[in-house]
Amino acid sequence: MNNLIANTFALVWQEAAVGRWQTIKQGVVEPDLSKFLVIAALLFIIGVAGVLTRRNIIVIFMSIELILNAANLNFIAFTRYLQDTGNLNAVAGQVFTVFIIVVAAAEAAIGLGLVIALYRNKETIFVDKIDLLKW
Amino acid sequence: MHRLIWLIPLLPLAGAAVNGLLGRRLRFSETVVGAIAVSSVALAFLLGVAAVYSYGFGSHAQWPAAYVTSQDGAFGYQWIPGGATELTQGRREGAYHITPAARAEAEERAREIATETGTPPGAVLTGAQPEPRVLGALLDVEWSYQLDPLSSIFILVITGVGLCIFVFATGYMHGDAGFYRFFAYLGLFMFMMLILVMGSNFMMMFVGWEGVGLCSYLLIGYYFDRKEAGDASRKAFITNRVGDFGFALAVFGIIATFGSTQYTTVMAAASGYPVEPLGQFGLMSWLALGLFVGACGKSAQIPLYVWLPDAMAGPTPVSALIHAATMVTAGLYMLTRTNVIFQHSQTMMLVVAVVGALTALFAATIGITQNDIKKVLAYSTVSQLGFMFLACGTGAFVIGIFHVMTHAFFKALMFLGAGSVIHGMHHEQDMRRMGGLKRYMPKTYWTFLAGWLAICGIIPFSGFWSKDEILWNAASTTLIPYGWLLWAVGTFTAALTAFYMTRLVAMTFWGKERFLEVHAGGQADEAHAHAYDEDVKQHHARTESAGDRPHHAPDERVGIAHIEETGGGSHVDARGRDLHDLHDPHDKLAHAHGGHGHGSVVPHESPPSMWIPLAVLAVLAVVGGFVGISPAFTGGAHVGGRMNIVNWLEPVVWNPSTKQFNAPHGAGGGEHAANAGDPHAEPNAIAQNHGAPAASTQATPAAHSDAAPATHAATGADAGGHSSPYGNDTGFNLAHAAESSLGGHTAAEWLFIIISLLAAGIGMLLGWLFYVKRPHLPDLWAARLGALYRASYNKYWVDELYGLLFTRRTMDAARGIYAVDSKGIDGAVNGSAALTRRISRYTGNFDRRIVDGAVNGIAGFIGRLVSPLLRAAQTGLTANYALVMVLGLVVAVVFFFSGDILGLVRGR
Repeated sequence: MNNLIANTFALVWQEAAVGRWQTIKQGVVEPDLSKFLVIAALLFIIGVAGVLTRRNIIVIFMSIELILNAANLNFIAFTRYLQDTGNLNAVAGQVFTVFIIVVAAAEAAIGLGLVIALYRNKETIFVDKIDLLKW
Repeated sequence: MHRLIWLIPLLPLAGAAVNGLLGRRLRFSETVVGAIAVSSVALAFLLGVAAVYSYGFGSHAQWPAAYVTSQDGAFGYQWIPGGATELTQGRREGAYHITPAARAEAEERAREIATETGTPPGAVLTGAQPEPRVLGALLDVEWSYQLDPLSSIFILVITGVGLCIFVFATGYMHGDAGFYRFFAYLGLFMFMMLILVMGSNFMMMFVGWEGVGLCSYLLIGYYFDRKEAGDASRKAFITNRVGDFGFALAVFGIIATFGSTQYTTVMAAASGYPVEPLGQFGLMSWLALGLFVGACGKSAQIPLYVWLPDAMAGPTPVSALIHAATMVTAGLYMLTRTNVIFQHSQTMMLVVAVVGALTALFAATIGITQNDIKKVLAYSTVSQLGFMFLACGTGAFVIGIFHVMTHAFFKALMFLGAGSVIHGMHHEQDMRRMGGLKRYMPKTYWTFLAGWLAICGIIPFSGFWSKDEILWNAASTTLIPYGWLLWAVGTFTAALTAFYMTRLVAMTFWGKERFLEVHAGGQADEAHAHAYDEDVKQHHARTESAGDRPHHAPDERVGIAHIEETGGGSHVDARGRDLHDLHDPHDKLAHAHGGHGHGSVVPHESPPSMWIPLAVLAVLAVVGGFVGISPAFTGGAHVGGRMNIVNWLEPVVWNPSTKQFNAPHGAGGGEHAANAGDPHAEPNAIAQNHGAPAASTQATPAAHSDAAPATHAATGADAGGHSSPYGNDTGFNLAHAAESSLGGHTAAEWLFIIISLLAAGIGMLLGWLFYVKRPHLPDLWAARLGALYRASYNKYWVDELYGLLFTRRTMDAARGIYAVDSKGIDGAVNGSAALTRRISRYTGNFDRRIVDGAVNGIAGFIGRLVSPLLRAAQTGLTANYALVMVLGLVVAVVFFFSGDILGLVRGR
């Protein structure tokens, strides 16, 4: 048993470091930029559809997260693309993504707080019941 | 020591500043205020004595050359930097030639100014023209002090007599609520007066001139809660404005003529002008006229004398200091200071003499009938000032200043004596309610007697020496015609003076004790009403009024009034006589005060702080005249070297016959004779006169007729064969006639001395006869000379005349101007305002109806039409808004990428 674990670990280490995994990795063709963009667009559209169609404000928030993550995906994809073209300093997209995540977290915190306050006043979280913006 | 003279004016100023600024805040007691004021003046006096000694007699004596503090850097700064000045006057006379050195300096200066201001030099100094219009004068007025024989005398008189008066005032003003204020004003006055006499140029004189006017105004109106005091102060101020106008014009003329205000420069330049004989009224005469108008205002001469009698509304020490001893002599100071200019105009000399003589006579005739003790002294002051002007007009400027000095002594003494009487009589000023005060106020009485004998001109009191010299100069002058007439007027006035002064003394100190009696009634005299006014005030003042005349402290025992308080209201005087029946039935005020009546009082002697200054002044009034002892007594010469005021002042006076300033005579006798033998002696004989201040009386009588001081050069000219500058015979010369009949100058002078003594004796005898021996005579003669008496009693209605001629006319003019202002100017303003209002109403309506209507109409139309549509868009539903946003995004994408999309569609 002990031996088996040791052997397995040694195999995995070998595979990971220099072994076949490396060979496989070099053999795989990396997906090109357009695929990431398409996925991001799909995510974005799903998010927008969620925002427009759902009544529950929590779900709307979740949809907004999708929209933001679609954007994040674009940033990451473009960064990677730029690095592949040789510009090793192109890290702005990654930094941006981190910022967006932070801002999204803050937004979620505040937004959920607002939702709770809203619920206490109106006893609903359905947006079609809340038309105060008219005034 | 004389380098320190700039401190002299500053000391009283410092005292005044401390008292005035801190006196109220720190609640200085009377002792503190008095100590500060008196010590500051005493220090100034000591400094003045030291400076004058150092200047005249010290080891580095500069006498008789004027010492200006800026000349050796002791004190002085450029006060008004004026730059190059164009001389517009006096070119035609052609006498003023600038020296090449001064011209070069002026050009240099002009060049500097040109470079500073960036103008071409020619614009500043037109030196390129063949006849240079600018003679290169530079008007730089400096602030520096001048010590010369003239200002020395004034410094000593002002600080010395001022010191006595300050000490007196600490006693007189005791109990006054405004004690600190009084001494602040008085100190400020001392400062201004010292600036006036010590300044080295006309601008400083002007500053002092206006400053003393201001202080006079403040102090006359010191009891500002009394209407007559306020009126009197305004009257003094406004009357002086007339004089100051002339003075200011003359100063402008001097600047335009000489391009300088510095005395030394102006006098030196003025010497070169030709003398204008009688009837010719040229530049110098105009300058002299302006100066004379100023002097008339300040020194209360006809026609501007009216303010001085009214100025008696001020406290008595003020009357003594300002309106007898110092400020009113500023005109004399100015006349003597500018005697070069005056001596250039024979016309103006005559005017000065005539105005002086007329004023003396006029004021003396008024003084005879006045009943207010201070009014009598005020008219006496005007009269004595007239004597001084007479002296100046006859060329005897030195004697005029001599009389200023003796008059300061005896008139200050008499004013302070009157103050003491008023104090002792509990603010009774009416002489008809005095009498017999000799018993109650012996110290005041004996000192007053000295002043009386001095002003009457009894030998050997001080007034005799100066007054006699004035009359002698009037009789012997050849500078102006009709000197004998002036002499006659002067002698008559001297007799009148003796008469009314004897009357004053008799009514006040001799005879029956009328203050115990019923008031005689008669015409409602101003002083009488005034006294009652004060009685009323006196009681309320302790609690209500901040500025009342001095009164006694509540617990001070001063006579019957306070005996009554303790004696349960029984009206008993000091001798136990019942006074109830003696009260005037009209004297309701006395009764109304409930046992505090002032209807009759027992006078009391004044405290030491008041009689000690009196004693000092009395000594001065007795012996003060010996510094100018008449040459007739000393064998024809002014003995005593520089100690003789005539010799001391002589170099200040310009001699029209030699066209030089007089050579100093103050040295030893031998030199004196030598100089006197040569009337054309160079003025820089000063240089020979260092040392040898000792007096000498060994000059031979033969030399004396020639040794007359150069003021009398014209007289001497007759005796010594010199020709008069104005031609030989300018009218009947009384002294000349007397000389030829008596056979000698000295003998003639003796004749005039005897005449003036006789005149004084007659006046005093008549006074004694009228007011002591036969008391019914005054009423008899008043009835006999009814019209004259009424004219004199009412002061010739001059105030009424001025009121009619000037005051009313000024009021009319003011009313006319007010009418123009209120109707014309205000009408225009109000009319245009009304017009504007009307126009604005129309434009306002236009704006409201048309413009606003259009705007509102359009807005309403749009609102009604469009708002339903826009309102419908606002559902308030989040989903709607999000949808719109997404649609907008789609539109934007389509808009931006339409070309690409189309290309995609087509291409694939």
